Amino acid sequence: MQFKPEVINEFEGIASRYPVRRAALLPALWLAQREFGFISVDAMKAVADMVGCSPAQVLETASFYTMYHKEKPGKYHLQVCQTIACLLNGSEEIKKTIEQKLGLKPGQVTADGKFSYQPVECLAACHNGPCMRVNDEYHENLTPEGVGKLIDDLKKK
Amino acid sequence: MQTVEPQLTKRFGLKDSYTLKVFLATGGYSSLKNLFAKKPAEVIEEVKASGLKGRGGAGFPCGMKWSFVPQNTGKPIYLAVNADEGEPGTFTDNYMMMNDPHLLLEGIICACYAINSHMAYIYVRGEFYAQIQRLNGAIDEARKAGYLGKNIQGSGFDLEVYVHRGAGAYICGEETGLLESLEGKPGKPRIKPPFPAVVGLFGCPTIINNVKTLSSVPWIIANGAAAYAAIGTKESTGTHVFGLSGHVNQTGYWEMPFGLPMMEFINHYGKGVKGGALKAVIPGGSSCPILTAKECEDLTLTYESMRDHKTMFGTGCAIVMNEHVDMVKVLKNLTHFYSHESCGQCTPCREGTAWEDRLMKKLLDGEATTQELSMMLEIADNMEGKTICVLSAALAMPVRSFIQKFRADFEKYCKPSISAVPAEIS
Repeated sequence: MQFKPEVINEFEGIASRYPVRRAALLPALWLAQREFGFISVDAMKAVADMVGCSPAQVLETASFYTMYHKEKPGKYHLQVCQTIACLLNGSEEIKKTIEQKLGLKPGQVTADGKFSYQPVECLAACHNGPCMRVNDEYHENLTPEGVGKLIDDLKKK
Repeated sequence: MQTVEPQLTKRFGLKDSYTLKVFLATGGYSSLKNLFAKKPAEVIEEVKASGLKGRGGAGFPCGMKWSFVPQNTGKPIYLAVNADEGEPGTFTDNYMMMNDPHLLLEGIICACYAINSHMAYIYVRGEFYAQIQRLNGAIDEARKAGYLGKNIQGSGFDLEVYVHRGAGAYICGEETGLLESLEGKPGKPRIKPPFPAVVGLFGCPTIINNVKTLSSVPWIIANGAAAYAAIGTKESTGTHVFGLSGHVNQTGYWEMPFGLPMMEFINHYGKGVKGGALKAVIPGGSSCPILTAKECEDLTLTYESMRDHKTMFGTGCAIVMNEHVDMVKVLKNLTHFYSHESCGQCTPCREGTAWEDRLMKKLLDGEATTQELSMMLEIADNMEGKTICVLSAALAMPVRSFIQKFRADFEKYCKPSISAVPAEIS
């Protein structure tokens, strides 16, 4: 597994912003996730080569942060906020709707690879709870009906 | 209640409010003339005199923090902007970055000039993808127009600003955890001292400020410390973007001077409690001790009133709960959150947060007695003040305040304790 030359160029631009190369490790992991879909062991080795640190250092950092996928997520990764403000306004119902509709438990991916589901901690959209992210996009003021429809729409895409 | 012109949100609602064009047309970057006419030490004095406190949660006086930076180390000085907004209940920095990213950049220029820094990193939580795009757009615009880069507006002052994307760890909002993360490491907080102002990012003097703290600075530089200090109360000067979430009819955020009574905030701005009478309020993010409805009666939105009520101003974003809320389920939510987010390096936190969560599960499963409640309080006492950072205390405080103030809710789940069973039966 290797980065394309243009990605390495992009990375070098980012690395030049920091006095120490290791500081560009989080951006490098973001690039790896964008290019390879998730952070596999091979991807970690490629990141280590590019940044110039050890694979163990990459593992240490990558495993600390929840947003780096260690396994391949679905095409649509549903991240439902389950923290206090969303809880007060019905996040349990949203979780239940997704779990029933897609037959998923937290951390699972549908057999067709289209959806993955993960309850997450506070997404900082508390006044518009319940909320969730679908990939990098926020969906707020959710209702069970609305989430059901959203999933139906995404299924058709 | 004073009515004052908005400082932080005045562009919210304008079409294309985030663009340089709209920013300049509405007085943006106008503080720079005053800024560059002053010496850096004078800027620090001005901010000190304004009474501006850090808006990220700790409320540390901003000017005083800046004055801690040693200027004789020969090392570069850094500014790290804390945009890792993750404290449950808190959501307003999000809108500061979306609606007025140039105001933050103007504040960054002011701060960097004051502390003699030529490099600033904005650490944005990984989930804020749209905010990151917006900030990067604003940085590009500002650089092209000579508001960032070399010799800003002919002042001779150079400054580069970069966005650094986090990746989903609450602890990176802790200032030294943030620095570790900026260095490409797990966000495990550092032992203080040395404080970051002396030994921070890459071993160099570093100031860490929250988004709204920095966004407040341009108004102070443009209008003077005295004008700023005249707004709000003696101890809580200026304006803030206050947030409301949970059980109110109108959730949202509003900029106003410090000093509004909490009940007026809930009833007038929040249009009253939704779904029943008021039961409790967490005033400034989930780490702040919870308040009963009675305690809220004479509470005002100020640092001092929160302190007098033995809680904290925190981030100024309140979570409101109505009478039907089961405090046991809410506390279970928080014990889960903190045990999930503990970085794990300090035993009292790693074990304490996990034990509190397990005991809450036991309670919810109907397997606990009042002895477990006592145990939870004892664990809380052993978690606070014994760790590198305050995440541990940030759970100890809710545990203590929830159980002490809403004990009846908790006792409902308790089965009779062994000592309560009459002797002849046992």
